[in-house]
Amino acid sequence: MTAHIDLSKAGILAESSAVRVALLPPVARFSLRAATPEQKALSKALGVTLPAKIGQCGRKGDIEIICLGPDEWTIIAPEDQAGTINDVCAAIYAKTPHSLTEISDREVTVHITGPKASDLITIGCPRDLDQLPVGEARRTVFDGVTTVLWRDGEQDYRLDLWRSFAPHVIALLETGCAELAGE
Amino acid sequence: MLLIHCPYCDETLPELEFTYGGEAHIARPENPADKTDDEWRDFLFIRTNVKGPHFERWRHAHGCGRFFNAVRDTVSDRFLTTYKAGEPRPDLAVLLEDAAKKEPSK
Ligand SMILES: [Zn+2]
Repeated sequence: MTAHIDLSKAGILAESSAVRVALLPPVARFSLRAATPEQKALSKALGVTLPAKIGQCGRKGDIEIICLGPDEWTIIAPEDQAGTINDVCAAIYAKTPHSLTEISDREVTVHITGPKASDLITIGCPRDLDQLPVGEARRTVFDGVTTVLWRDGEQDYRLDLWRSFAPHVIALLETGCAELAGE
Repeated sequence: MLLIHCPYCDETLPELEFTYGGEAHIARPENPADKTDDEWRDFLFIRTNVKGPHFERWRHAHGCGRFFNAVRDTVSDRFLTTYKAGEPRPDLAVLLEDAAKKEPSK
């Protein structure tokens, strides 16, 4: 079953006494790949230290950087800062080789909160959520779909979904949202 | 479900995040054109197919994205170790000794 969902409009997708699922407004996203010697200069240019450990997040102002792999980061920022991020990285490119790709439109972000938010995540994600500390994030899987899962609070999550898979995952979340309220 | 330790993420995670990548430590010939048909066939298709500890590749596909190597017992499905790609093949005798020590006494 695939729901027909308008991914252009932020707002509540499903809500029950157990959990609320909402689509967040668009943000700018960049995929950054760089080797170890380049990380210092990139951190300086971006104004946020690139976190070294997979799953850790670095934040400064509106910019958030998550480490997804040994040489891979995703940068999240308000849409109006996309140009600046491009420019500061381009300015150091000659001496600091790296790959910066804008991927803003590739994903949509779903916000999951409520007393049973963790329970809702477990319907599709096999991870032990007790091992995911608040303030960190992981790239993981949700019913076969690669996702990035942020834990912003004990029962407060963000889930980044590739746009084309979003209707499938959101349909599951809607079902789970109603089911958990009926427990 | 198997639990697999990713040496890059340094976490033990559900099998669903990983994909299997076949036998490990099979080096592609530097100059394939220099190989005979039989040697090329062996490189492509001939594997050890062991019953017991098997050196194999895995990829943390829904995670850090990295390929790494593992030693898994094909009979018990138990992982003896995992290690980063490019690291030398671990000594099997030492791994088996360590595994025996961890085994609860009967
Ligand atoms: Zn990993």
